[in-house]
Amino acid sequence: MRKSMVVVEGSYAVAHAVKVCKPNVISAYPITPQTHIVEDLAQFAADGEMNCEYMNVESEFSAISALIGASAAGARTYSSTTSQGLALMHEALFNASGMRLPIVMTVVNRALSAPINIWNDQQDSISQRDTGWIQLYAEDVQEAADMTPQLYKLAENEDILLPAMSCMDGFILSHVYEPVILLEQSLTDEFLPAYNPEFVLDPKNPMSFGAFADPSTYTEFRYKQEKAMGVALGKIEEIANEFKDIYGRYYGGLIDGYVLDDAEIVIMAMGSVIGTIKDTIDVLRSEGESVGLLKVRSFRPFPRDAIRAALKNAKVVITLDKNISIGKNEGALCTEVKACLYNTDTRVPVIGFMLGHGGRDIPISMIKKLINKAKLVEKGIFVESEYADLREDLA
Amino acid sequence: MSLLKPGHRGCAGCCDALAGKFVLDAIGEDCIVVSPTGCLEVFTTPYPESAWGVPWIHSLFENAAAVASGVEAALKSLGKKNNTKVIAIGGDGATLDIGLQAISGAFERGHDFTYICVDNEAYMNTGIQRSGATPLYASTTTSPAGKVSFGNPLHKKNMPAIIAAHGSPYVATASIAYAPDMMKKVKKATEIKGPTYVHVHAPCCTGWKFESSKTIEVGRLAVETALWPLYEMENGVVTNVRKLKNRKPVEEYLKMQGRFKHLFTMEGGLEEIKKIQAIADWNVKHFGLE
Repeated sequence: MRKSMVVVEGSYAVAHAVKVCKPNVISAYPITPQTHIVEDLAQFAADGEMNCEYMNVESEFSAISALIGASAAGARTYSSTTSQGLALMHEALFNASGMRLPIVMTVVNRALSAPINIWNDQQDSISQRDTGWIQLYAEDVQEAADMTPQLYKLAENEDILLPAMSCMDGFILSHVYEPVILLEQSLTDEFLPAYNPEFVLDPKNPMSFGAFADPSTYTEFRYKQEKAMGVALGKIEEIANEFKDIYGRYYGGLIDGYVLDDAEIVIMAMGSVIGTIKDTIDVLRSEGESVGLLKVRSFRPFPRDAIRAALKNAKVVITLDKNISIGKNEGALCTEVKACLYNTDTRVPVIGFMLGHGGRDIPISMIKKLINKAKLVEKGIFVESEYADLREDLA
Repeated sequence: MSLLKPGHRGCAGCCDALAGKFVLDAIGEDCIVVSPTGCLEVFTTPYPESAWGVPWIHSLFENAAAVASGVEAALKSLGKKNNTKVIAIGGDGATLDIGLQAISGAFERGHDFTYICVDNEAYMNTGIQRSGATPLYASTTTSPAGKVSFGNPLHKKNMPAIIAAHGSPYVATASIAYAPDMMKKVKKATEIKGPTYVHVHAPCCTGWKFESSKTIEVGRLAVETALWPLYEMENGVVTNVRKLKNRKPVEEYLKMQGRFKHLFTMEGGLEEIKKIQAIADWNVKHFGLE
């Protein structure tokens, strides 16, 4: 452990990262369910360590709504939520992105009810895929913390102006104690410029936000959001590199590879399971297996070109999804990876595995099992997508 | 020129347009206005045009109070609050029904803002559906009078009392038919620190079915029959009421409006009007209007 490291809870590391980004308004509802992130921020505010308005609102719906007002009034804003709370925000998520308000929110990924379950999967944020928010997924606590200033810089870019979610796996990252480097205020001040938006609610220069657009103008609003996502696609890597220059840490931009270049079997995943996959790959590589990892860091914008290039030499691809589109029997990553390869010459089989739902553990033995299954593809595609960790006694 | 500029798409005789104009006339340009979804939002901002001469934001139907509280928090945090007034102007559906939770939260948190409910007693923008503010026996598209129904069977929700129960320092009722009184109350509400509330009665010619030239006349009759008492409450106590000299029977108000027409034509309708008269009588007694 390096000297500058401290052992703290994941939530604390993120809260600390938020603090050094100096948001003007924080608004959060403390449950459904919550994490310690907003509690730690409340303590910072109570101790006078933050110069911000901390709003205790009566629901996640008002949490995001208050930030819509605050952001339009020129504030840097923050909230954090998870599962049910994120689902409750759904309508307002579209509204925030439609009004091009660069709100940053940590989504602690957890399962949705029913049945009620407070443990980790990624159904919550994946279900908000089309709301127009940037979505990055963190592999470990340090990355989740470091993503915070990266996302402010990205979201507030005048050519982007989109809200952004930093997604971190519930419990596995939010409640774990890990050695991390807490973000230094001086480095963050250097990395992240002050927020000075051009379009704000100001009596000296009145503007109207949230107008009524009929069929003659509506489409172009959506088109411009998509265009901004395109700009973000280019900026994510750039900002990750700027972060590396100042803080010395790097996790990939849109994607990241791990012993990928010569790998015949490529595993694709998002979030904390990446660590388990890397450990599995280390073991298998020592046994002579040709296995590599393609970590997807940015799910929105979706890095189509980068993934196409990274999979060019793969013989088989397996995707891991902590979510399901019920009725498609497939997780979102699987669907999107397949779709991005379709109009190319890369004819690699993509096998989808859904697992780790509602907090079910994903051990190394499971990853090994999936890699062995992937080898069966040589004899033909045996399955498009399936649950990998079903309990036969309950299924 | 008013800060709510002409050229908007409001109906002839529109109560919302009058209310918006009176509010801005009362407050002046140093304000930020939040509107939930509704007629006022739709007819004032057909992109790329806007009738608003002050900064204005519309987010969603149910969150105007939360958005306004965020605006206020941002101004405070950025050191820009000074004398800038934060105002939410919402319809009755956005206020009494779908937005009630956000309003409750914002009043509990004590933000320095004024919420103005422009109450035309149904969802007019979407086609005259019943809301929690629709009065007893009004016929709406979702509470129509019919062979076995006199229309809306429920009483109007007492929103000013709900706000007063939150400990608001200032709650007032007003009517667009009494413009100077309304403007005085709006101004007073914005000058008092903390979350304040003005509930404005606003007859809608389209939804209530009366001639567009009669908006003010209908509004006056609501007050003169004691169906809409005008009062102020400070810290939960009624401090001022508008007294009535020659109170009129409720029939005079009801008969002007198509939404109550069935009470005069259906068998037993006149008998049911007694229940509406009883509401007026209760108001007289409760607020000491005479």
